[in-house]
Amino acid sequence: MHELAITQAILSIVLEAAEAAGARRVTAVELTVGALTGYVDDSIRFYFERLSEGTLAEGALLRIRREPGEGRCRACGGAFPVEPPLLPACPLCGSPDIWITGGNRCLVERIEVEDGDPHPGGEGHPQRQ
Amino acid sequence: MATHIPVVKAILSANDAVAAENRAAFDAAGLLAVNLMSSPGAGKTSLILATLERLPPSLRAGVIEGDIASTLDAERIAARNIPVVQINTGGACHLDAPMVRSALSHLPLPDLDLLFIENVGNLVCPAEFDLGAHLRIAVASVPEGHDKPYKYPGMFQKADAVVLNKADLMPYIDFDLSAFRHGLSILRPGIPLFLLSCRTGQGVDEWVGWLTAHLRARRGDHGG
Repeated sequence: MHELAITQAILSIVLEAAEAAGARRVTAVELTVGALTGYVDDSIRFYFERLSEGTLAEGALLRIRREPGEGRCRACGGAFPVEPPLLPACPLCGSPDIWITGGNRCLVERIEVEDGDPHPGGEGHPQRQ
Repeated sequence: MATHIPVVKAILSANDAVAAENRAAFDAAGLLAVNLMSSPGAGKTSLILATLERLPPSLRAGVIEGDIASTLDAERIAARNIPVVQINTGGACHLDAPMVRSALSHLPLPDLDLLFIENVGNLVCPAEFDLGAHLRIAVASVPEGHDKPYKYPGMFQKADAVVLNKADLMPYIDFDLSAFRHGLSILRPGIPLFLLSCRTGQGVDEWVGWLTAHLRARRGDHGG
């Protein structure tokens, strides 16, 4: 449920960019999703497949890059990736003196489009996972 | 031929644009808008009611109530003669900026000093959707446990302050306050934390004092 509104927003950005480029079809969409947003990739894929039906983006492949949060430790100076649930201490030295940045971004990075294919269901059908 | 088109657009940029319009409307009215976010049952409505009770009488508040369905919370507010607008999201698990914008025409904004926006009970989505409020408050409660900042970091990373409600239950529940504080400190060092109980009134004055200080500072900034 949480991903429905997010996926609607993704689709409208994708379609806007595709139409602006005069594309006939979108074959792939590259997303960056921060690990600390709580969004589930499979759920975004599920909604995208359904919401994109009958649009230029129907059948497009979603490439989702998870962007981890980054933790830093004041004690040892180390940096480490962070996924929820957070650990209360530095995984490198065990110090609790850590802080966490990033991991909250959610971006449409780029799209891949094809033009000039009059038969969207034909040979040029985009590969699926 | 495949063509790559760079987009690099924040997924919620359309929402954020409307949020900026809302913020401009709040600024024009000279009010302080506060977005309250929590899981269901943490006490958002109770916090609004407790706050209204302790506000200085010279300050007028309004409320936007977000709910998936029902007007129960709005009725509790309206019983106090406070201007309130109900937004039923029809199943959506959060408020977004366009929903808030459509509610604004039903409120006497220029007459208000404070506007509370009660989000839908949920610890994930509301954090992502900027509504245009000046302050985002995460409301947690003791029975939910101290692990919430660790499990829902996005909510606490984006909050300007945290209210820990039902503090009167602390002696009866295995709630590790230092673990809760530590979780907050690694996500948002220095974030204000208010331990309070809407039931007993403990801590409410400190919270109200913090809010009204923000209102004064905002008006000072804008020469109002």
